[in-house]
Amino acid sequence: MSAGREETHDGVAAVAADPRDRGGPGTPLLSVRGLIKHFGRKAGLLTKAGALVRAVDGVDFDVAKGETLGIVGESGCGKSTTARLIMQIITPDAGDILFDGEAVGSSALDLAAFREQVQMVFQDSYASLNPRLTVEDTVAFGPRVHGASRRAAVSRAHDLLHRVGLEPSRFAGRYPHEISGGQRQRVNIARGLALEPRLLILDEAVSALDKSVEAQVLNLLLDLKDEFGLTFIFISHDLNVVRFMSDRVMVMYLGKVAEVGPADAIFSAPRHPYTEALLASMPSMDPDHRTHEAPISGDPPNPINPPPGCRFHTRCKMVTALCAHAEPPLYDVGGGHLAACHMANPASGHPRLAAA
Amino acid sequence: MLLYTLRRILYVTPVAIGVSIICFLLVHLAPGDPLTAVMPIDATAAQQAEMRQAYGFDRPLPIQYGIWLWKVLHGDLGNSIASGRPVLSEVSRAVGNSLILASVATLIGFTFGTFFGFVAGYFRDSPLDKAASALSVFGVSMPHYWLGIVLVIIFSAQLGWLPPTGAGPDGSGNWRPDTEHLRYIILPAITMSVIPMGIIARTVRALVADILSQEFVQALRAKGLGEWGVFKHVVTNAAPTALAVMGLQLGYLLGGSILIETVFAWPGTGFLLNAAIFQRDLPLLQGTILVLAMFFVMLNLLVDVLQTTLDPRIQRT
Amino acid sequence: MTAIADALIHAPTPKSRGYWASVAIRLSRDPVAMVALAVVLAIVLAAVFAPLIAPADPLKGSMIRRLRPIGFPGYPLGSDELGRDMLTRLIYGGRLSLFIGVTPVLCAFVIGSGIGIFAGYLGGWVNTMLMRVIDVFFAFPSVLLAIALSGALGAGILNSIVSLTIVFVPQIARVAESVTTQIRTRDYVEAARISGAGPITIVRVHVLGNVLGPIFVYSTSLISVSMILAAGLSFLGLGVKPPEPEWGLMLNTLRTAIYTQPMVAALPGVMIFLTSISFNLFSDGLRSAMEVRQ
Repeated sequence: MSAGREETHDGVAAVAADPRDRGGPGTPLLSVRGLIKHFGRKAGLLTKAGALVRAVDGVDFDVAKGETLGIVGESGCGKSTTARLIMQIITPDAGDILFDGEAVGSSALDLAAFREQVQMVFQDSYASLNPRLTVEDTVAFGPRVHGASRRAAVSRAHDLLHRVGLEPSRFAGRYPHEISGGQRQRVNIARGLALEPRLLILDEAVSALDKSVEAQVLNLLLDLKDEFGLTFIFISHDLNVVRFMSDRVMVMYLGKVAEVGPADAIFSAPRHPYTEALLASMPSMDPDHRTHEAPISGDPPNPINPPPGCRFHTRCKMVTALCAHAEPPLYDVGGGHLAACHMANPASGHPRLAAA
Repeated sequence: MLLYTLRRILYVTPVAIGVSIICFLLVHLAPGDPLTAVMPIDATAAQQAEMRQAYGFDRPLPIQYGIWLWKVLHGDLGNSIASGRPVLSEVSRAVGNSLILASVATLIGFTFGTFFGFVAGYFRDSPLDKAASALSVFGVSMPHYWLGIVLVIIFSAQLGWLPPTGAGPDGSGNWRPDTEHLRYIILPAITMSVIPMGIIARTVRALVADILSQEFVQALRAKGLGEWGVFKHVVTNAAPTALAVMGLQLGYLLGGSILIETVFAWPGTGFLLNAAIFQRDLPLLQGTILVLAMFFVMLNLLVDVLQTTLDPRIQRT
Repeated sequence: MTAIADALIHAPTPKSRGYWASVAIRLSRDPVAMVALAVVLAIVLAAVFAPLIAPADPLKGSMIRRLRPIGFPGYPLGSDELGRDMLTRLIYGGRLSLFIGVTPVLCAFVIGSGIGIFAGYLGGWVNTMLMRVIDVFFAFPSVLLAIALSGALGAGILNSIVSLTIVFVPQIARVAESVTTQIRTRDYVEAARISGAGPITIVRVHVLGNVLGPIFVYSTSLISVSMILAAGLSFLGLGVKPPEPEWGLMLNTLRTAIYTQPMVAALPGVMIFLTSISFNLFSDGLRSAMEVRQ
């Protein structure tokens, strides 16, 4: 299961050796602080205030060069919104985004330059590819926009199609409805690589695929990552896939970060009750140790009216009065592992800590 | 519910104002001096000056609109050039007749349209469905004024069963629901009902077919609900939209009645419009159109609120 | 990379059948639509080649041969109230009827699509403002609006076309806005934005190809309505002026003949009906052919 992460050290060095590198190997490729986005209507004349959806409510994280950061969480936790906020498809209400040390949107790094270095791969649906464009036109669109001649753009498109495993002589002239889901996803990936980005955000990129196809595409992604020296943000709700792909994992809940750290640590020794419950909810593969009861109780989260204090406290097994009043910050438990839980902080005054 | 109604009224008000602006501009669209458009040809210079003063034709357009709107809100729609009588009284007389005709036509169209549409939707893709669908395409593609002429040819000229024109034995006048007048409304109403019949049949067919194909209907059947139960269920689900369409059709018929009323010399607003156009009587034209358009706006509002009462899911913001 | 692999990668690629080609093929398998198309084409061609195929002069009448029945020697479809040959008048009448019927829809398609796509792509308050203005026009039943505008502008072919165009622009704009709004949120449009493309490029490459189809189909469904309205305007005396041949006008002038030659009097209406229903059926077939995808 850890086959994908052996090259991490080389990965960082490879990425830092990229001629476009500005900050050096120590600078995170992406740095996000205080990201906030609320959706909803404010009250108008004769209309109620629309419910305010706190989709992303204060998110901080870093992505190191050459690594894969996995983001997991249930529906509604804000992971897809976070991806779109990073890409600036949606405008954040607040927050700073630094790319290789430079603020996005500033004079040092304007949006257009940022977009050339960060691209996104969407979930396969019929809406991810323009049904009226051939495969090669779809992939060649980006380079064309940036000034490449038609011939150069198509040539590049053919190169990429070859590298993602779609023979151009067979596939380049086809339309999206003439290829399978796995093939469409390869086209999505090729499109994402067309502008030679340094960071690739994969939003549920394999979620819609059959398992066998999924495995192929995941391995393809790993190969491409090495070949091009890429950094990945890998968003998924499938914990197994995330474990396979990621160096570090970030767990989100109701618009905030619950826990973040090295993949091994998160999966074998989680420090946040939500992460524990998530992992426990994966039905056991071992017939001798079957899963007997549902690990999480209570209703699924609703980002419209998050609970006060710690957002998870309504469903937490370890809840106390403290949790309902004070929202726990991300506390460092060592080794780059942070958890937003009072239990992780020895100084928080959580009653159970005294007992431990 | 009340709040929703108030919100809709607020929403509709700018539309109503826009409608009034368009009606106001009609007179100014006409080629030539708007003043001559609203005065009889033989008006004296003194009368013209008086009219210019009253309507402010030499003032800027927005002010003219304001004056006109003020008068309208007080019931003064100007005077008809041809008859000299106030436009409002001419229109009020005619509106009743048009409403009666449109209502009867809508009823006929709704009844038969729903029946055909229901049959078509229930027995989807069967020969019955194809026949009913063909009928509705016929209805929608039919130039209704031509149908009127054909019906007059058949039932009046050839067979002599029904009168060709008019609303009553005395020629013009108003229609009353008594045995004498009944014969006069048959042909115009049937002619008018064809287009809404086609549209309603189409709508109902789509609604019924859609509801029946939804999974929960299959689930109901699987649980053993008999056909009658399924039928009732379909009706309650289709009713709000079907009623809305019927209401809108009534509005269209009221507004679009001019052609049929011309064919049958029915003394309604449409006939009035025809006379107004023929005689270049712009105040009458403008006033009639304003009344009809406002009617339509109010009707839309009513249908909207009614539909939401029946099915709260439909609420628009 | 070897030369062979290189050649394979960059070999010329066969293009698949385009979207419209597959629509055309599907359409050709629909018998009703094909018959309707044939009828429309026949009427259009007859109108275009009228001087070549019509037997007589449409304006030349004969006082002694007025209102002859169908099948009368020399007048295959009879003669009208001024002794003019009906067959000729009907063929020539197609010219003006089709012209006044189709042109407004064409103009409204261009103008309405422009407004609708503009409003749909931009969204926000621009969209709201434009759509509210459109709503005002929707507050009038089509017939009423057409007559109001024609009545104010006065009779004439140009005026009729103008007023009908104004009637149809809001309807097409609404459909255009609705379709564009749906497309605007699709992932591939977002991907195009991420690629750094500007709004005009995105609209040209990604939006237009996907919205013009549905808008076009909707517009074709309006042609039958437009023809009926246009003929209706002439019927009321607001469109074409006599002695020009036009089906609606002919229906009006022949009204007095319903007692003497009812079949002849009804003929112009048959043409309107036939043309209208053929356009309708073809438009329905086109919609079905386009829907099967996606």
